[in-house]
Amino acid sequence: MIQLRVNGVKRTFRGDPKMPLLWYLRDALDLTGTKYGCGAALCGACTVLQNDEAVRACVTPMSALNGARITTIEGLGRHGLHPVQRAWMRINVPQCGYCQAGQIMQAVALLKSKPKPSDEDIEHAMSGNICRCATYPRIRAAIKAAAGESV
Amino acid sequence: MTNVDIVNLSRRGFLKGVFSTGALVLGVRLLPGSAWAADQLPLAGATVDSTVFHPGLFLGINPDGTVIIVAHRSEMGTGIRTSLPRVVADELDADWSRVRIQQAIGDPRYGEQNTDGSRSVRYFFDTMREAGATGRMMLIAAAAKRWKVSPEQCTTTLHAVVHSATGRKLGYGQLASAAAKMPVPNKDALKFKSSSQWRYIGKKFVSYDLAGICTGKPLYGGDVKVDGMVYASVEHPPVLGGKVKSHEDRDALKVRGVHKTVLIPPFKPPYAFQALGGVAVIANSTWAAFEGRKKLKVAWDDGPNASYNSPAYRKELEETARRPGRVVRSEGDVEAVFSKGGRIIEAGYYAPHLAHAATEPPVAVAHYHNGKVTAWAPVQNPQAVQEAVAGELGIKKEDVICHVTMLGCAFGRKSKPDFVVEAALLSKALGRPVKVAWTREDDIKFDYYHAVAAMYLKAAVGQDGMPAAWLQRSVFPSLMATFNPNQDYGSSLELSMGWNDIPFAVPNLQIENGRAIAHVRIGWLRSVANVYHAFAVQSFVDELAHAAGRDPVDYQLALNGPARILNLGIKDYWNYGSPYSKYPIETGRLNRVLEMCANQAGWGKRKSGNGWGMGIAVHRSFTAYVATAVQVEVDHKGKVTIARADTVVDAGLVVSPEMVVQQFEGAAGFAAGIARTGEITATNGRIDQSNFNDYEVARFADAPYETRVTIVPSDAPPCGVGEPGVPPFIPAFYNAIFAATGKRLRELPLSKHNLAA
Ligand code: FES
Ligand code: FES
Repeated sequence: MIQLRVNGVKRTFRGDPKMPLLWYLRDALDLTGTKYGCGAALCGACTVLQNDEAVRACVTPMSALNGARITTIEGLGRHGLHPVQRAWMRINVPQCGYCQAGQIMQAVALLKSKPKPSDEDIEHAMSGNICRCATYPRIRAAIKAAAGESV
Repeated sequence: MTNVDIVNLSRRGFLKGVFSTGALVLGVRLLPGSAWAADQLPLAGATVDSTVFHPGLFLGINPDGTVIIVAHRSEMGTGIRTSLPRVVADELDADWSRVRIQQAIGDPRYGEQNTDGSRSVRYFFDTMREAGATGRMMLIAAAAKRWKVSPEQCTTTLHAVVHSATGRKLGYGQLASAAAKMPVPNKDALKFKSSSQWRYIGKKFVSYDLAGICTGKPLYGGDVKVDGMVYASVEHPPVLGGKVKSHEDRDALKVRGVHKTVLIPPFKPPYAFQALGGVAVIANSTWAAFEGRKKLKVAWDDGPNASYNSPAYRKELEETARRPGRVVRSEGDVEAVFSKGGRIIEAGYYAPHLAHAATEPPVAVAHYHNGKVTAWAPVQNPQAVQEAVAGELGIKKEDVICHVTMLGCAFGRKSKPDFVVEAALLSKALGRPVKVAWTREDDIKFDYYHAVAAMYLKAAVGQDGMPAAWLQRSVFPSLMATFNPNQDYGSSLELSMGWNDIPFAVPNLQIENGRAIAHVRIGWLRSVANVYHAFAVQSFVDELAHAAGRDPVDYQLALNGPARILNLGIKDYWNYGSPYSKYPIETGRLNRVLEMCANQAGWGKRKSGNGWGMGIAVHRSFTAYVATAVQVEVDHKGKVTIARADTVVDAGLVVSPEMVVQQFEGAAGFAAGIARTGEITATNGRIDQSNFNDYEVARFADAPYETRVTIVPSDAPPCGVGEPGVPPFIPAFYNAIFAATGKRLRELPLSKHNLAA
């Protein structure tokens, strides 16, 4: 039995402890904002926050999450839109949108650890998140906009 | 506002309650039904003219003033589900904040729904204007009747009709029921706004779904959940056309959550959009189905395509490209010029298979019930789903209801609904709703691949370096083999993509195509044959310019020649599905974007070499004219950074400038990925790549640091914009590498080459 908090809600998991968090979120909790893109920590579509760090839900087994605090895209704006979400909308980042939950969660984690990231910081932090629509320049602009906003 | 209702669907009723009583729905009887159209109208003939206006199918107004507009095209990131409704709203004079968008199911009465080929605005701009103008005229007629004045004395302001003389005003909601009783005006009586009156067309706006995307709303195919649904993952034959010899599922069934396995029969040629066949694992979660599959043991009978090996096939293509082929366009006499000797320049180019690798792998939910199928899927063409599912299950096309979710990218992959057919077959076998989810490995190993291609070009150049004769030959397995197994030459569709329509003013010209057999499913991928054709042609032009010691921009302007409309003299020239009279090839527009692009990029201001270089290319595709200049830096280790890309596009009238800019920014990054690392190969018929570790796509630092897009102001008919950004980028990028390093690369992708100093 694994106990964790997802978006502030206490949850108890009794299934197969090897199941990755991604499928627990999507299939069991219906939190489908977190996406599947590769299942192998190669694309970042499944990025969520574990405590304050970005993790790939597709390779994070439930067994590793006893006591964890998970935040997904649905939980990010619980108290109004997060500054990163606002910046994303202002810069109009998304195209198809599929990767963007992962991008946003990754950016949130980056700004938590580095409130004023340089170009290199951004490039480094975002290099694991694929956007096939190639919205990368706008992602950079939105991260900078969000960093400016949170001064 | 978002589309949550797509997910919380009672199986067929997600449009129920869209309209209250008294709504103006153009053809009110059509509407408040389960599927917008399907249940309400007797189906007319099997097909409907592609752009005919069907009143009632696109627009309705509720008495509370809410305007509901149907998006009948699929949203995969181009913004089409916003931009076409914006056109309706503009002509209707509707307040956008009171518009709701309703995604259409597949139904021929909407006209053409295949969101592919960069044609949504080209095909439907006029139709959407007609829909809006019809509604506006009916609202005016209703108000005029109430005020007992003539409609000519009335006009509209935002979401209201006004009587100019008295200033009386009635909101659209107040008029909805009365307007619903007005006769539908004839098409030729419609009055349109002038372009200066447009509120939305040509102005900046963002996607209807922007907030939903940024907050993680369930919008996509995989987000659909239906009561009683089970999950399936399918082990496909590793070689196209292979069959299951035997399979052992004992260990798979031991995996917690796995219910059973189901055999899917192999397809019958042509494979078209049929399921590939194989063994499906059925489970109570996606993950359990994936895990169960790992424990399956299947022995395959591979069949003849097991002979497919990329290195040998490449050799064949390249040899074919050096031999005379089928002539598809000929002017003057190239051989006569070549035989005279003089300066001859020739080059061969090669581009491998590519996979689409849409961010969202194929996924679909289907429910077979009482001889009917309801499906939910991220598809580009829901009518193809109807046809393919009906064909496979032996039911009527109109008994297949296909709900279209949003698409996590598509690039052409999702116009091929084999994965929806799988879901429907399994649902029929299991008697309950099934979600089929492909893994990334499935996606990459079982794609409809972009064709591998070899091109050969030869020119005889005069004293001034300009060609007196030009010969080009391309060889690639045709995507038409998908539908016709005997297709062994390029189709007119592929040859019309940047090959038989080159615009050069050369007196002796011959264009050929060689024979090639497909051994994997060939499909169309964002800009299709333009990818390899533009790569070869625009690289060769750069080579000729350098051989002549001339500036590549000046050279290309001279090669394109004076401003004129090309008379290709090709009977089956495809012209991207648009009439040539409306969308001819205009070299003046081509040269203008080239000059503007050179200007914007600062062409010639900085000297290329020593690891910095700028390259340029220009190409017409999907009727749009696009020039791109790329600036690269190559360090001593051979690492290539794209500092900046400049793109100038003449796409005629542009409905959504912001979204067009986004499409060209995205195309630059997408093309950078193709050029850098895009390569699919086969060994013994099996695809060698599997996931983003060995099929790499553009990541953050691989795309241009910056892409500057300029749209040429124009009121020419609207052109395609989703694809045309890709073709010129790749040769511009390679030309930039030549400028920076002096190394001429003639093979994609870049990862095959070592640029270390
Ligand atoms: S799905 Fe987890 S990293 Fe790709
Ligand atoms: S917005 Fe489409 S994949 Fe990123």
